[in-house]
Order: sequence, then structure tokens, then C-alpha cells
Amino acid sequence: MRSSAMRDMMEITARPEVISLAGGLPDTSTFPPEAFAAEMHRIEKTAVAEVLQYGPTEGSWLVREQIVEVMAAEGTRVDAIDITVTTGGQQGIDLITKTLIDPGDVIICDAPTYPGAIPTFCSYEADVRQIEMDADGMRIDLLEEMIESLEAEGRKPKFIYSIPTFQNPGGVTLSLERRRRLVEIAREKEILVIEDNPYGLLRFEGEPLPTLYSLDGGNYVAYLGTFSKILSAGLRIGWLVTPTPIREKVVLGKQAADLCTSTLTQDFAGHFFQSGRWREYVDELTGIYRARRDVMISAMAEYFPHGATWNKPAGGLFIWATMPDVLSSEDLLAKALSKNVAFVPGPNAYVDGRGASSMRLNFSGVKEDEIIEGIRRIGQVAREMLRLYETMTSTDEMKLPPRPSPDGGGSEMRLPPRPPEEDPS
Amino acid sequence: MKVALLQGGRSLERGVSLRSGQRVTEALLDLGHEVDVMDLGPELVTRLENNRPDVVFIALHGTEGEDGTVQALLELLDIPYTGPGVAACKRCMDKSLAKYILREHSLPTPDWVTYSEAAIRDFGAASTFGAAVDRVGLPLVAKPASGGSSLGVKVVTELEQIPNALITALSYDNRALLETWINGRELAVSVLGGDALPVVEAIPTDSNAYDFEARYEIGGASFECPADLDDAETAEVERVALAAYQALGCSGFSRVDIMLGESGPQVLEINAIPGLTETSLLPQAAEAAGLDFDAMVQRILDLAING
Repeated sequence: MRSSAMRDMMEITARPEVISLAGGLPDTSTFPPEAFAAEMHRIEKTAVAEVLQYGPTEGSWLVREQIVEVMAAEGTRVDAIDITVTTGGQQGIDLITKTLIDPGDVIICDAPTYPGAIPTFCSYEADVRQIEMDADGMRIDLLEEMIESLEAEGRKPKFIYSIPTFQNPGGVTLSLERRRRLVEIAREKEILVIEDNPYGLLRFEGEPLPTLYSLDGGNYVAYLGTFSKILSAGLRIGWLVTPTPIREKVVLGKQAADLCTSTLTQDFAGHFFQSGRWREYVDELTGIYRARRDVMISAMAEYFPHGATWNKPAGGLFIWATMPDVLSSEDLLAKALSKNVAFVPGPNAYVDGRGASSMRLNFSGVKEDEIIEGIRRIGQVAREMLRLYETMTSTDEMKLPPRPSPDGGGSEMRLPPRPPEEDPS
Repeated sequence: MKVALLQGGRSLERGVSLRSGQRVTEALLDLGHEVDVMDLGPELVTRLENNRPDVVFIALHGTEGEDGTVQALLELLDIPYTGPGVAACKRCMDKSLAKYILREHSLPTPDWVTYSEAAIRDFGAASTFGAAVDRVGLPLVAKPASGGSSLGVKVVTELEQIPNALITALSYDNRALLETWINGRELAVSVLGGDALPVVEAIPTDSNAYDFEARYEIGGASFECPADLDDAETAEVERVALAAYQALGCSGFSRVDIMLGESGPQVLEINAIPGLTETSLLPQAAEAAGLDFDAMVQRILDLAING
């Protein structure tokens, strides 16, 4: 976990004048108010007493049936009985970790991984091992090496946590071949894989890939889903699909945590999904996010310094960018905040300080003109700092050998450099 | 009493300020005061003019709140406020200026040089890094000229590391100091109304003295108050701290950070408005002096009104 001074720094992103590319926010501004009103009107007429009451810990049956539909839209077949509704996907991560992890147990995850999972894993004192990714997602060869080296110590990971589709924060997608291999490994080694899939339906181009869950049939893969990115983050509805013995423990854990997810929001979401309007809404969101991604990418090409690299995600909410080695993204954030723009520094996505020059940039929750302006300002401060560094190291006294690449416990996800182009400065 | 409490602001220390503000607000309410909590924003002056508080409690840290900006506004509005005045805030916020003033008063502070971004960019100042190292020695500490936390602070053990360390420090301010690294004990002396409170010592739990970040992690350092010093050491540390507080013209309260090395106490910096959270050093020191949080807050208010 990062220092408290760093966390304090992030407080400024809440100020209204700050363009925050740091969040993971869906755009909720296009949700049709009349659809909202219609659901509320229906509740007013038919369900007031019910939605003000406790509900089943596993979640309402209606919502679980709708989750079956949503997962079917990605070609994944599940039985509603295997679903546990959670208070957001985040609670799913917490419950599965609480259920399975004793202090010192190994969790394997992507490098970089979802910054919000790290505090959860650390709070249960897991021994977190991160596996490097490339443009095809987690390097399965390195995963196998890791499992073998753990076996040599007489240890076995409790689970592998991965976001295979439009990964947060890396933006990459695990290839079909690697998906198959990952599922095979899970079966051979009897290791549970937690597939976190919040963004799968937000695809901008290309053909969908089968989920790990569907490849495995639910034997060694547990699935984490959420309505946060396809309907609303404020409703706080996510879900877990787990093999039965784990589900029973998860339900006990949920009972202890909050008894049940809000009955009101489940009723709202359940009926909204039942109406079928969600497909249209997701299409609309996908269009908005695709345009925003494109705007961000072209702004980066225009404003980021020479030597910076980034990927073009085929879906999801995030771009992962890496600045030239001499720039630390945490320092750059301080400088960027003085220009009222924020992003998530790379080290937040690692447990071991890697990602020093990288950053996660969100394009879904910010309007296009603000994306351009935010990227312009980040590019400007990065160029200023690079020029200063070059000035310092070009004097006779300071002629330096090239800076060695960081060696903090492993290599970093670094995408192939983009083709050289004129530095517009 | 009608108290306006200022918290938040736009500095990198906004988070600490919000926690300071929240804790002080609780105390003010306990004490029976009427509290209006405000963040810095376009409505600040109008709201102060309309509400006319008897006193403003400034729970802001870092730029704008601790550097005299807000204080100067309150002078114009003729509303009493807590903590040091405009000039003292400016002197404390600029670590380089503060050190010049300490030297003028023959007070001990480590050797240093200051670099501005402009001098490096436009005047070839990088050619003087060797001379800077000759003056301050190695290891040295590179740090932003302003700012009260560990952000942007790096220890440099060889000349070649200076550009990297300065790039970091200059990300937090447009000027940075290279200062002699003092091997010693890290002490903080809080001063309340001209009296030194018991000395607090920060004891790093990790033995790696160069890892500044680690010290600010939760559990990265433990604090001892009063610090385990003999009477002569305590007297000398307190003397230096009070003299530094006076030299910079502080009033109300402030905190003097000191390294106690082989050559005796050396003043690193003076925080005009130190943290006021439950676990901050000033409240800890006040507690050791028999002043609980509420009593400390009331004393700070009294000092603002009665001087």
C-alpha cells in the first residue's frame, strides 16, 4: 500500500476544478431519467413495503435471473442458484478473499492489477505475487514458473485473480490460447481462478472471447461480475458465481458483512434488466466510451513526450501509459495536480513499487474536451521535467551513463514503443 | 464564540488538513463554540464577510493556507486568526529563507544550497552541482523548498544521483534545497504560546535511515514523548527551538523540527501550522504537558484573540 502522504495527495482530485483521469467512473449522465422515473413509479405502486424490507442474503431471485441473461450475452451459461449477489464487485473480491485466505497464503494476480484489490488482499495478509503481462495479457509461461517455484517450496497459491478482458489498469485482453492454457493449469494443479469481468460487455471492436468461466464450466473458475459499468456504480450491485462449497462460505461471510445487498436497488436493477432496455443502454455507453478512447489516444499522440508508450484497449475504461524512465509518475502527479489534473500513478497497481514511470488514465468518466485538456497538461508537465533533466545531465560535469532500468523485484508491463514521430515541442 | 474553521484547500496536504479540521471541529463543538466549516473556494471572502466570525481557526497545511495567503486576506478583513501571522508564515514556508534567518540569528541549521528550476533551465546551474557537493558534503538530502510532508524528499549518496533527486524535488515546488544529511535523532518541538512543549522523538521502525517514505507509512515510525534525552540535552534542544520560533516571528503555535546529531541540535525547518489530527505531534506534546485536545484548541483560540 502506498504511503499516507500519497493518499493525501489524491484528496485534491475531489476538488471541482480538477480534471480527474484517476477515477474508474462510468458515465451515468446519459441514463434516461424517464426510465428511472418509471421504475420508481412502479415501485411506488406495487413494491414499497417489499423494497423497504430485508432480502435474502444470496440476493433477489429476479436479479439472479437477470444476471443469467447478462452473462449469456457474453456466451457464458450459469445457473441462477450458483449466483450470490454482492454489494458491488468490490464486496465480491472482499468475500472471496475473506473466505479463502489465511495470513501468508499466496494470491497470484496480474502485474499491474486492479488498484482496489491490493488493499483487500493486503488486509487479509495475503502474500501477493504478480505476473507480468504483455499485449496478450498475463504471461502464462511466467505463471507456470511461479507455480513451480512455489511448489518447490511446498506451497500452492490459494487462487489466481485476473481480469482477462480489458484489464484494469493495463487495458489488455488475455488471448484465447492463453485463456485455454490458464483453465488447463487450473484443472491440472487444482487451483481456483477468480475471473473478474466488469468490462467484458464494453467492447469497442473485435470479436468477443469466451470467458474463463465458460471455458472451464465453473469447476475451477469463480466469476465476479458487476452492474457498475453497464448500469450504475451507485446502485452497488455485483455478483459472484462460485462452486457450491465456496458459495456456502461466501454466503456466511456476506451474512456477517451486511446481511443482504440493498433490496431497493436490486428491485430497481432487476426490473430494468427484465425490460431488456439494458442492451440498448450498453450499446450507447460503448459508443460514448469508444469515442472518448479515440480522443484520448490522439491527444496522447499529440501531447505526450517522445519515448512515452501506451496501448489502445479494445474496450473497457482505461489506458495504461508509461513515461520515459527518468520520470516518476508519483512526482509527475504532484506537478500535474498543480495544473488541476489527476491520474493514478503506476505503483498503486503493484505491491512491490513497480510501475514507477507508468500511469492509469480513465476515459469513460470524463467528457471529450476535458480529456484533451487533461492529456495536454500532463504532457506539458512531463515535457518540462524531461527537458530539465536533459539540461542537468548534458553538462560536462554530469555526463551520465544511461539510467539503469528499475530492478525492484521484476520487470514491468511495457508495451512495444509506438513508431517514432516528430516531437512537436 | 463564533468560529470559522478553514480546512481542505488546494495543497498536496489537503488530506491531512481535512483530518485536522475534522478533529478541531469536534473539539470546538465540545467547547460550546458555534462552528462554520469552510473549504477554500470562490465564496470564501463573501462568506467570512457575511458571517463575521469572532475568530478564524486555520486548519490548513501547505501552500495558500500555511504560506500567508489566507492570513493576509484575514488581516484585510480584520478578523483574528489562529497561528502565526503573514510574515512568519512566509518565512517558514520557504525553507531556504528560514535557514538564512536562522543563520543570521546564529542558530544551527545544516549547510545547504538552493536551486530554482529557472536557474537550472536557463542559466546552466547544473554545472555547479560539484561545487554544491563540496559545500554540503555527501550524503545530502534533496527536498522541495516548501511543503511539510515527506513528499519529494530523497537522500543522495553520490553526485550522479543529483539530477534524479532534483527532478523529484522540483515536481513539488519550483525551488529545491540540497542540504547536508545529519545522522542523528529526529526530534520535534512544538511551541504553544511561546512555551516549548515536551520534545517528541520519531523513531524509525526500519533501520534504513535513508528511506524517508517508509517513515511516513503507518507503523513506519514510533513516537516517544517526552523524548529520552538527559536534562542538558532537553534544555539545549528547547532553547534552540524557542530561539528559532522567535527568530522567524512565529506566534500562537508552530512546530520546530530538529535533528540531534554529534554537533548538537540542528534545525531543519519550522512548520507554521503543524498537523492537528489526533496522532499529530503537537497534540501528542500538548497531551504530555497535561493539556488534552480540547484544552489545547481553546488555548490556541485564546492566543489568537488575546495575542
